[in-house]
Amino acid sequence: MMNINRIISQLAGITLISLCSFSNPAIAADDDQFKHAERLYDTYCVQCHGMNRDGNGLNSTYMSVQPRDHSDPKGMGDIPLEEIAEVLKKGGLAANKSVLMPAWGEIFSDEEIDQLTAYLRHICKCGSN
Amino acid sequence: MIKAHLLAAIIGAGFLASSVTTFAADGSAILQSQCASCHALTQPEKVTLDHIWERKGPDLYYAGVKFNKPWLVKWLQDPVRIRPSGVFYRTHIKKGEKADVVDESTLIDHMKLTQADAEAAADALMALTGPEGLIETGKFDKDKKASPMAKMLFVKLRGCSACHSTGDGKGGLSGPELQTAGERLQPDFIYSYTKDPQKIDKGVWMPKLAISEQDLQNLTSYIVQLSGKKEAK
Repeated sequence: MMNINRIISQLAGITLISLCSFSNPAIAADDDQFKHAERLYDTYCVQCHGMNRDGNGLNSTYMSVQPRDHSDPKGMGDIPLEEIAEVLKKGGLAANKSVLMPAWGEIFSDEEIDQLTAYLRHICKCGSN
Repeated sequence: MIKAHLLAAIIGAGFLASSVTTFAADGSAILQSQCASCHALTQPEKVTLDHIWERKGPDLYYAGVKFNKPWLVKWLQDPVRIRPSGVFYRTHIKKGEKADVVDESTLIDHMKLTQADAEAAADALMALTGPEGLIETGKFDKDKKASPMAKMLFVKLRGCSACHSTGDGKGGLSGPELQTAGERLQPDFIYSYTKDPQKIDKGVWMPKLAISEQDLQNLTSYIVQLSGKKEAK
């Protein structure tokens, strides 16, 4: 009887793990797709935009203009992809935004700018364009 | 008997000479035995993001064109934290009540050296000058004082204080403090790093800004003179 119970509980465990693994394949794919962009974000953007991507980074307390909340679907969703890419590449001033957002075009390649732009759309959960 | 004294004197002189030779070589030995595990003493062949994430201390292969030797000797004996959030801010922060804060529990104090070791290590560090042309020498005008515009550039227009503190309780924490930069760093290094941090420290989280020559001169002068002030006002 104990053996049967053990087998049943093991089967239940395996089923649960399988369900967790396959219930949302899109998330797994996203993780791979955004892996490099996430690494870039963690290296360069988190210092101001924060670990939670909500604008509350380590430096934000000391800044005269608060960094943008990248987790805000409304605020981020209203910005066209082209403008996000432009600001990443040329800095805030290029789009009449804060001078404190620097130009990263000397560090990120055009491909990385595109990846980061897509990543920003991903983390605000505000669509693909 | 006289011969014995003569022999002892010769042996003594020989021992002294070998001690002096050993002492002179100690600096490099100290770097290899005590510094190399955390600092790159030779230029990495290829710098990747992994290098930025994994290094435990700043690269030192260009220390000779970066630091002022008197400061090195002093600091190695009594190290004071320069980077408020550690060598790489991202690995030393945690969520605070509102914003991210430095996770002090992850910060490690720098080891202390004796005066003799500090002097020898500083000598050896000053010999590490990195690749040719890393620093632009002679471009910065040391005689020119910072204009009143310099602070405006530093705090607002170029946003330096978003990441760098200046000892007055203001300024961000992801970059090294700059209130001791003038004492710590060579002016040509400050000028060159401000102009193009990526050329000197590839992959570092400081952006390369398009800064005019006049603004570069002003910012460098401003940063150099911060050391002479108790508070940057």
